[in-house]
Amino acid sequence: MSDNEHDVEHDAHSGTQTTGHTWDGIKELDTPLPRWWLWIFYATCAWAVVYWVLMPAWPALPGLAGETDHTRGLRDHSERANVAAAVEELQAQRASGFAALEGASIDQIENDPQLLGFVRAAGESAFGDNCATCHGAGAQGFVGYPNLNDDVWLWGGSYDEIRTTIRFGIRAEHPDTHFSQMPSFGRDELLSRSEIADVADYVLSLSGHEASAEALENGETIYQAQCASCHMPDGTGDRLQGAPNLTDRDWLYGGERSQVIDVIYRGPYGVMPAWEGRLDDATIDALAAYVYLLGGGEAETATNGPTGR
Amino acid sequence: MSEQQKHAMAAPGIRQSKAEAVNAADTRELYKKREQIYPKLAHGKFRSLKWLVMAVTLGIYYLVPFLRWDRGPDAPDQAVLVDFAGRRFYFFFIEIWPQEVYYITGLLILAALALFLATALFGRVWCGYACPQTVWTDLFIWVERLFEGDRNARMRLDKAKWSFNKAWRKLGKHTVWLLIALATGGAWILYFHDAYDTLANFFTGQAEPSSYLFAGVLTFTTYTLAGTMREQVCTYMCPWPRIQAAMTDREALNVTYRFDRGEPRGAHKKSESWEGRGDCIDCKQCVAVCPMGVDIREGSQLECIQCALCIDACDDIMKKVGRPTGLITYETDDNVDRFERGEKPRYRFFRARTMVYAVAFVLVAAVMLAGLVTRTTLELNSQRDRNPNYVILSDGSVRNGYTLKVVNKANEPRIMDLAVEGDPSIQVRVLGAPEEDPMRLDIDADRTRDFVLYLTLPADAIEGPREELRFRVTDRTTGESATTPTMIITGAGE
Repeated sequence: MSDNEHDVEHDAHSGTQTTGHTWDGIKELDTPLPRWWLWIFYATCAWAVVYWVLMPAWPALPGLAGETDHTRGLRDHSERANVAAAVEELQAQRASGFAALEGASIDQIENDPQLLGFVRAAGESAFGDNCATCHGAGAQGFVGYPNLNDDVWLWGGSYDEIRTTIRFGIRAEHPDTHFSQMPSFGRDELLSRSEIADVADYVLSLSGHEASAEALENGETIYQAQCASCHMPDGTGDRLQGAPNLTDRDWLYGGERSQVIDVIYRGPYGVMPAWEGRLDDATIDALAAYVYLLGGGEAETATNGPTGR
Repeated sequence: MSEQQKHAMAAPGIRQSKAEAVNAADTRELYKKREQIYPKLAHGKFRSLKWLVMAVTLGIYYLVPFLRWDRGPDAPDQAVLVDFAGRRFYFFFIEIWPQEVYYITGLLILAALALFLATALFGRVWCGYACPQTVWTDLFIWVERLFEGDRNARMRLDKAKWSFNKAWRKLGKHTVWLLIALATGGAWILYFHDAYDTLANFFTGQAEPSSYLFAGVLTFTTYTLAGTMREQVCTYMCPWPRIQAAMTDREALNVTYRFDRGEPRGAHKKSESWEGRGDCIDCKQCVAVCPMGVDIREGSQLECIQCALCIDACDDIMKKVGRPTGLITYETDDNVDRFERGEKPRYRFFRARTMVYAVAFVLVAAVMLAGLVTRTTLELNSQRDRNPNYVILSDGSVRNGYTLKVVNKANEPRIMDLAVEGDPSIQVRVLGAPEEDPMRLDIDADRTRDFVLYLTLPADAIEGPREELRFRVTDRTTGESATTPTMIITGAGE
């Protein structure tokens, strides 16, 4: 390796052997590796061998390592198996909470601090995974997606009714799903543009907005003919058909005149999937209780109409 | 025998020790192999004082976990307990929650100030008498002496070839060291779980893994620090020797060699006059007894922990040669200079430095005491839901959600009444509260409980975008109450 023909020489100052390399008169010392470093290096080499024996390590030709494509190691370690075990352990931990939830009435849930805490935690987690995409992380809703905190319920706000809605969905692909359809009055040319504007004025007037007497009179006539069968003659809606109350201050698709006109023109068709089959019953129970306890849940005896607590 | 004959005589009947200061300044090197130090046993008032301090401090450490203190049925009855699992610290009548960790901070500040004050007054008394490193090292040297004899015997034994005699002495010493170390590590974990249970579980293998881990670690550190590393810990690992140089001054009492009296030193022959020479006969007993391997006659130095054993050794010799004791003594640097000038010593314990430390100590202690005396057993925190910020109901009223955290530090369950102050038109709903008693809050003994609240402001009472409110919780029996400010957001004007 040496560039020149010198014999092995030692540096006068440090006593260390030189490599024989010289650059512009500067000689390179052949300083040995520190012992501690070397021993650690040897130890890591030895450890690597131990690791190969114990843990999955080497890619192997098909058939050489059983059913897998790598050596399995004596410990037969598998992160997939570990995750599966951890999930199982987690489910076992939650099992007692879900068992207590099964068959419990909403009053029992509310009056049992431990169960209440469990439902709020389990429900919040399931809500975040499955519902928050449409209803928002705080269940505050968006235009077209109901706010679940308030006391407005299209298909009923009791614990049982909420559970039914989650289970079967709304206009979903399930035989028991909630179903109704508002006609597209404008698109299907059932009403003219001016008629739609008059109906919108009338509907808005039910919650205090003002419009010309002529428009109101005209709008009411059309309303009673076209809308009252679902939204009821007085505008308070019908939960059996998921028809919203038009006299309150809540507007699922917005309360501006243009927004109301748009709804009448096209006739909305909001869909919520059926969660039965996707989520187990215990999770649906927890979700229903969580939504109920957001503050707007209604007692079982509640009949139609806004009866928020 | 020939070795003995080589001994120089320091004075009639007093051989000069061959002890050399391991940590002498003129032989100090940057990279130096450790030299074993063989401290000789000293006798005298400071040695006795150190035995006493050792007995008291070790007694406190080993026995305190077994003291009991009745706190009622729901709380542990161990007088001093750091309960990590239950998140409590118990100290006799004091119970501290994690959020009150500032009491611990305060205690550490007090300890630091006390250390500064003691150093300004008496030098490194902490290092010399009370530091665990000193106490356990002293104990380990005592064991060593028990098996291997005093300084000279130990040196001979270490030089001797391996024999049965050497083997059993070494084995015995290390066994007893390990037992003491195990007792030390074992006692540590007793401060963190019930002492009696842990002791029983420890030996049946049922204690928690962390107990074994910490007992093991502390057994190891006790054995190595007190048994094998000793003075290396003080000299190289501990920051205090560096800091203490700033804490002490020329008016602090330090273990000092009175060079005004001692020099010029030299062997004293029979019938030689003491006139014109120093009292130091250079017998080197002060070096022989020093556990730190320093020569105190070189003046104050970093390695010296001021254990005062050289005072005992020197006083012994001074009595034998008929000179006054106190050649090595607790003295201030200024006074040694005064002695040299033939002046009288002056002691100023009240000086700016000590007064600042003392006043700071009293202030911190007073603040902590005030905090402890006025400590309440009821605390209240509230958090308003931010998502959604507010909910408008179908009739136009506005609802906000809250989490109210009620902390009951009393050792009994309590029943509280909730009130919302600030707007009488607010409607309150507590999730889970009984219908017939909707404002009742139940909290278990020594617990924190979260309540979910909904406040609703009717549409006709909405006056602005927000309203300031206050939660008040009142104990039904004692009337003790706590409040926390909050608000309701209406969204009006958005």
